[in-house]
Amino acid sequence: MADLPDASACYELLARMALIRRFEEEAGRQYQRAKAGGFLHLGIGEEATIVGVSAAMREEDYLIGTYRTHGHAIARGTDPRHVMAELFGRVDGTSGGRGGSMHIFDAEHRFMGGYGIVGGNLPIAAGLALASEYKGEDAVTVCMFGDGASNAGNFGETMNLAALWRLPVLFLVENNLYGMGTSVERHSAQTDLSKKAEGYGITGQRIDGMDVLAVRDAVAEGIRLAREERRPTMLEAFTYRFRGHSAADPEVYREREEVEAWQAKDPIELFARRCVEAEVLGEREVQEVRDKAEETVLAAVEFADSSPEPALDTLYESLYVLDSDAGWYAVDERSPEPHRGEHEDRMPDAARELAEAGAAYAGQPDGPRPNPAEQGDAQEGVEPEVAEEGDASPVADEVEEAEH
Amino acid sequence: MAELRMREALRDAMAEEMRRDEAVFVMGEDVGVFQGAFKVTEGLLDEFGERRVRDTPISENTIVGTGVGAAMAGLRPVVELMTVNFALLALDQIVNHAAAIPYMFNGQARVPMVVRMPGGGGHQLGPTHSHSFEALFLQVPGLLVACPSTPGDGKALLKAAIRDDNPVIFIEHESLYGRRGEVSEDEEEILRFGQAAMRREGSDVTIVGILKMAHVAEDAARVLAHEHGVEAEVIDPRTLRPLDLDTILASVRKTNRAVIVEEGWPHGGVGANLASLITEQAFDDLDAPVQRVTGADVHMPYSRRLEQAAIPHEEHVVKAALATLEGSI
Repeated sequence: MADLPDASACYELLARMALIRRFEEEAGRQYQRAKAGGFLHLGIGEEATIVGVSAAMREEDYLIGTYRTHGHAIARGTDPRHVMAELFGRVDGTSGGRGGSMHIFDAEHRFMGGYGIVGGNLPIAAGLALASEYKGEDAVTVCMFGDGASNAGNFGETMNLAALWRLPVLFLVENNLYGMGTSVERHSAQTDLSKKAEGYGITGQRIDGMDVLAVRDAVAEGIRLAREERRPTMLEAFTYRFRGHSAADPEVYREREEVEAWQAKDPIELFARRCVEAEVLGEREVQEVRDKAEETVLAAVEFADSSPEPALDTLYESLYVLDSDAGWYAVDERSPEPHRGEHEDRMPDAARELAEAGAAYAGQPDGPRPNPAEQGDAQEGVEPEVAEEGDASPVADEVEEAEH
Repeated sequence: MAELRMREALRDAMAEEMRRDEAVFVMGEDVGVFQGAFKVTEGLLDEFGERRVRDTPISENTIVGTGVGAAMAGLRPVVELMTVNFALLALDQIVNHAAAIPYMFNGQARVPMVVRMPGGGGHQLGPTHSHSFEALFLQVPGLLVACPSTPGDGKALLKAAIRDDNPVIFIEHESLYGRRGEVSEDEEEILRFGQAAMRREGSDVTIVGILKMAHVAEDAARVLAHEHGVEAEVIDPRTLRPLDLDTILASVRKTNRAVIVEEGWPHGGVGANLASLITEQAFDDLDAPVQRVTGADVHMPYSRRLEQAAIPHEEHVVKAALATLEGSI
């Protein structure tokens, strides 16, 4: 077991994990209140993997992840208020309300995105690394993905390309034992995922994803290999999501006992206890960490709730970069109005009328929001308090079926 | 001006932009040592070396995805997919990633990438190597779609595409690579997207054709003039996204008739889209239903006889144009 670092480093690691935990708990609660819509994938239980990775990264390094990345962005330095606002679909969200839970992004902190397509981020990671290599820069890309993505075609393609071109990238499989509801044994012929890229020239190592220091140290070495030796490698971090795949997961595929056994290895509890027992941190500091997380997260909810809804005339914004010199880009040709040249970035009146009529179905900004959670049956795996909040409940099964 | 073949004009566009901007690089299957499956990248490896002319494994989705990541980090990749048919393997990266990223991340990321791909039938390559997928890409918001028919346009549009900050699908036609034409030698000359070319002026019927069909439309117009006394106006949109709808509508308002010619499938095609736009926005100016001339609604057969039967020819265009004039001449 790795030695504990100094008190301030321990405090920081604990504080980040606690913040992410509390953020995710609150995100689940706000989802139940229908403040957030769509799918919600929580990282509760996986904090040590998330924080261990970011703790080993430099500011200029890139991190890219999956659709379960609220915590990853926060760990990189994204203000939790903006992540919460994104879940609420508001203008102050990380993507101004266009991305949602699955598509958090923060260029400033080099968090290069959450991606909704399983395995879709793998080649993009290779491209980020290629850019660093091409420009002669030092930055390393850390690419995180789930065990399920190791079966996607992109996995083999990207491993081959990264090894072939000696790209400065570190791959990290967050193996939480299930690709949605299908266990590793049932979805992968090779269950030792660390070996899965060996044939492509990418060596792997299994690590304890519930031990923040073990993750941090292994990632630091992987980053060193990528940075100094241009040798991409892969880590398989064993971790576990304490909640379901998404908020709509009835969890029929795993036993209560298994969940409880993993909960006994709670990465935050274990690390806090170790710090206290080693007298690196006091009980008072552990409590302070929790109090600060509580305060930050409640402030994030308040911020998100008071952030405005996106204005309708931004519907077409950022679809195209308009300051290029190559040409003009038509906006919604359903409109019979002329729309070229200087009008290219303006929504034509006819398109605006269509948008207004459609947006009316979303209800008033302060009223109940349309949310798949408002249809369907009661949802398991969520906080019981929900039921009291009204009818808000559960994403319908048919919606869930469409998801990876 | 110089007279060049299409493949030379496209190569010059890439070479000039690579000299101009260090961030521009080319990657794709057999673009380097092999010099390109259709020899479009000939000579680039010699001039620019392996760092900037990168042969890739046969991994289309990952090639395009690597381009997406490189573009997000400040490079300007020109990705060659050996043919449009193989673009189907990269659709996830093109649609879910390249096209969506600028929007779904609210403008925090740009994807200044060009994906070049040749397509079209006529070479007896059968069902998996003869597609025309202009309509497929035309449908996706966030993409720009170019489909040049002449060497001059090919060079000027490709240079514009490389300089643009949006993801561009650049569709070439395999039958046009050897076609010669006047090409500007001015390295700063680009052709802004969204400007149709008027290939021939006329007052009786508007014929819109893309890629190889732009030439078929011109041939048909000559037959219409010589044999039927019909003066057709021929328009090559040159880019489908953005589309120079204004030029097409102005022509239709003059001729009151329209024929659209494409090599792709009829359902949900380029012609279907354009016919709908014309009908919605110039219905009162039309004297006849808009006619579409498209490839046959089949997978491209190998037999030369069957293949030619599945591709539009000048005679089909003449017939469609005359149909819009039925009763008027």
